[in-house]
Amino acid sequence: MTPDIFRIFPEVVLTVVGVLVMVADASMAPKSSRRPLGWVAAVGVMAALAASLWQSTLPAGTAFFGTVQTDAFSTFFHVLICGIVLVAILLSIDTLPPDKSPAQHHVGEYFALMVFGAVGMCLLTSAVELLVVFIALEISSISTYVLAGYRKQTGKGPEAAMKYFLLGSFATAFLLYGIAMVFGATGTTEVREIATLLPAARSHVFVLLAFGLMMVGVLFKVSAAPFHVWTPDVYEGAPTPVVALMSTAPKVAAFALLIRLLYGVFPLLHPLWMPLMWVVAAVSMTVGNLAALRQHNVKRMLAYSSIAHAGYLLAAFTGSGTEPIAAVGFYTAAYAAMNVGIFALLSAVGGYDERRSTVTDYRGVLYSSPLAGGLMLLFLISLIGIPFTGGFFAKFYSFTTAMQGGAGWLVLIGLLNSGIAAAYYLRLALSIAQPAASSAKAEGLSSVGVGVTLAVGIAALATLVLGILPGHVLDAAHSAAQSFAAVHGF
Amino acid sequence: MDNVILSLILLVPLAGAALVLLLPERGKIPAWIALLDSLFTFACTLHLPAHFVSGRGGFQFEENVLWLSHPRISYHLGVDGLSLWLVVLVGLLAPVGVLASWKSIQKNTKAFYSLFLLQQTAMVGVFVSLDLMLYYGFWELSLIPIAILTAMFGRNLSEASATKAALRFFLYTFIPSAPLLVALLWLYAHTGSFDYAALQAAIASGSLPGWQLGWVSVAFLLAFAVKVPVLGMHGWLADTFSEAPVAIAMIAAGKLGLYSLIRFHVELFPALAREAAPWMIGLAVAGILYGAMLALVQRDFWKLLSYATLSSLSFCTLGIYGFTLSGMNGALLQTVNEGLIGAALFLMLGVLYDSARSCQIASFGGAAHRAPRLAALFVIASLAMIGLPLLNGFVGEFLVLSGTFTGVGKGWATAAALGVILSAAYMLRLIQKIFLGEAETNSPRIRDLSWQETCTVGVLAMIMLAMGVMPTLWTSTMEPALQGVTQRFLTVDQAPVSAAYGAVTSASTGEPR
Repeated sequence: MTPDIFRIFPEVVLTVVGVLVMVADASMAPKSSRRPLGWVAAVGVMAALAASLWQSTLPAGTAFFGTVQTDAFSTFFHVLICGIVLVAILLSIDTLPPDKSPAQHHVGEYFALMVFGAVGMCLLTSAVELLVVFIALEISSISTYVLAGYRKQTGKGPEAAMKYFLLGSFATAFLLYGIAMVFGATGTTEVREIATLLPAARSHVFVLLAFGLMMVGVLFKVSAAPFHVWTPDVYEGAPTPVVALMSTAPKVAAFALLIRLLYGVFPLLHPLWMPLMWVVAAVSMTVGNLAALRQHNVKRMLAYSSIAHAGYLLAAFTGSGTEPIAAVGFYTAAYAAMNVGIFALLSAVGGYDERRSTVTDYRGVLYSSPLAGGLMLLFLISLIGIPFTGGFFAKFYSFTTAMQGGAGWLVLIGLLNSGIAAAYYLRLALSIAQPAASSAKAEGLSSVGVGVTLAVGIAALATLVLGILPGHVLDAAHSAAQSFAAVHGF
Repeated sequence: MDNVILSLILLVPLAGAALVLLLPERGKIPAWIALLDSLFTFACTLHLPAHFVSGRGGFQFEENVLWLSHPRISYHLGVDGLSLWLVVLVGLLAPVGVLASWKSIQKNTKAFYSLFLLQQTAMVGVFVSLDLMLYYGFWELSLIPIAILTAMFGRNLSEASATKAALRFFLYTFIPSAPLLVALLWLYAHTGSFDYAALQAAIASGSLPGWQLGWVSVAFLLAFAVKVPVLGMHGWLADTFSEAPVAIAMIAAGKLGLYSLIRFHVELFPALAREAAPWMIGLAVAGILYGAMLALVQRDFWKLLSYATLSSLSFCTLGIYGFTLSGMNGALLQTVNEGLIGAALFLMLGVLYDSARSCQIASFGGAAHRAPRLAALFVIASLAMIGLPLLNGFVGEFLVLSGTFTGVGKGWATAAALGVILSAAYMLRLIQKIFLGEAETNSPRIRDLSWQETCTVGVLAMIMLAMGVMPTLWTSTMEPALQGVTQRFLTVDQAPVSAAYGAVTSASTGEPR
């Protein structure tokens, strides 16, 4: 018999570290540097990562009256989320504004919020009861709302936070409403019980309505079209290290939730949601890529590209059996690696004050700082989906899964889309590779800290490993899918 | 040795690229590393013909290691008569490319040579992969260095046009490879394998749904036709030739696409390729004439070279889709020829361009006086391109034409032969305008070939001569591989290929029949 507390051990570790950072921040001298708190947070997240790995030695099972489930599935996403948050924190240690600036006062808070966000995201992937799901989602959302508005001095920061907050609240409200409907139809909020009770539900209208509302909530979180409009504004306004986090970790968690909802709660509606995912996938990638093609601001461009990537990911759901779960797991990992990597470099090269923001601003980076430029090229090549990088295998698995599910046309749309995507990624890549005009901002990186180096190094290594030797991660994704299938009985 | 040689050929350039990146960018260090590395790779590629058993069918020097179990992708390498000489050609062109860049690339040499070596790995990978997914990997990878190098080292010093050329090249090739990947995934979904032999057997068994398979083969054809390029898909060619650095431009066209057409279209989908043949023959003949006529009126020698290349690559396409043994043999030989001749011409025109900073043919004149070595070698390479007997171009063109004559139709062969005449017209016009006549007073200063360049082009010229005099050395290894492709059609068509083939080999060596 495993004590209940072990099932949420990583979350406990993260909460303790978050509180510790907050208290330490409050009790430190006002003028002293908050940077060490970043290292404390980083170590704490590493401990949580270790705790997640340790959890995999436990037999799969539930805790707290069947509300939390740990198994290979939750472990896979826990490790992934902790990894992303770790990289984001390492990145922030060096790229947040220097100690003298006014924003300095909130650095401690910043790290605490990142850690608290991780608590919510981790919990989201192991929750099997819809109210816990909702609470976890809110924990992660609220901390990202605050982080999005971290640059209070600029006009765009609060704008981003406000937009994100208002729209995000609506989305979670939709989700909550959907949960209420499900409860109305079945009398329970426990995922597995819902699945068994749904076929005998009193009203089909209720069930369909519940499904629709919950989908709105989740598709908003993964920024799939047509619920994507918040993405570019928020990414543009939020500080780049925060974008590195919020374009990946909350999405990973939201995709885990989507899997839980589609395969755990609504397997009954499979004939309905499969065509729905087909359409949403096709629309997301097309809208995302066509809009990205017209952007000049790099962060907006990558925001639209993340919408397209959500589309590629959703394409996997048209597959059959447990394959889609494994494909989504792998894709989120590869996407996280390359996206965190590119945003890490954007914040290191572009600067916190964003002295570089448009595609042409990045001209000559390869010459002024060859290593950073070269790695940017690597991440962009991976985002294009060139073989021997993680981005290729991610797309490959997603589309293979879709193809085996018979969605040949979707695969064709997807791959033609990646052709469009190549155009704008390559435009940035070529801009980096071209010599800067003499008047341009040709200065190199002033100083590259240990944090950024570690963050980018981890991301680059992950991108290459996922592209050249994806076997281990793929096995992990498969066993995650297997254990998920075992839990939810399909 | 035989069971690791292909990996070695793949990894040595990659290791060289890493070494270039690690060592400092001081003086000629990156260039020397690239040169030594590519020479060593070339030596390794020579191991292949030396130990190739030419009578044996199937693949040799095979390596097969499971890379991923699910989906099943193998690191499966091997060469046969079809790919053997192409690997050697890539091996040879690498040091040639390094020497061609020796003077012209002075800045950012680290980036240049590391990407250049990466490109070599990708190209060899395309020729030796027997797992279609691995093949696709190298195919895509080969786009990146060309695109980046074109943008970084654009020749015209105008970044906008370099970016345009790089983007054009990349998108032209990348977008058609999207349907190619769809087709590959479809094949995998229906057969559970990416292995070349397994797929070939599955397709030959006729168990795959017919109309979809037709589209699959079209997707394959399209992706490769753009890369060759076939007429109508050549939009990237002139830009790339005008903008890309010499070492990159000389490897950008031809080989990869033509090889892929034979290996992955004709050999994989023989029946469907046969159906596509009339279209391809039409496009090829039109391409020969269109390219040649446009080459005739160009004022810019890079443009002239690009249209001339379109014309001579169309010869290869014609040979492939004529489905005769001599035609295919000629096409393959011509692919190698084109690689050699193109490299030589590019190198020399690069020298002209770098010293004169002009690519306008009219601005030159009388260059032979100031650059005698350049002029002499240029004439040899041009004559090889025109197809003068005793040089390699003749054998290839003759085989293609005779195959077309017997296997396709007299009209097509006659039309294609017009292209040969036109090629003489534009190449001789080029020689006359640039090298002959009196130098005008205001003509640009040009330099002669340096000793490295003279040696490089000299070696290429010797090989051209050798291939023209003793083509059987090459065709004897190519032929058995191609025989398999044409065999099943010979039994249907009874095309009298062997007779024509005998005539060609004796004609080209000058022996009486």
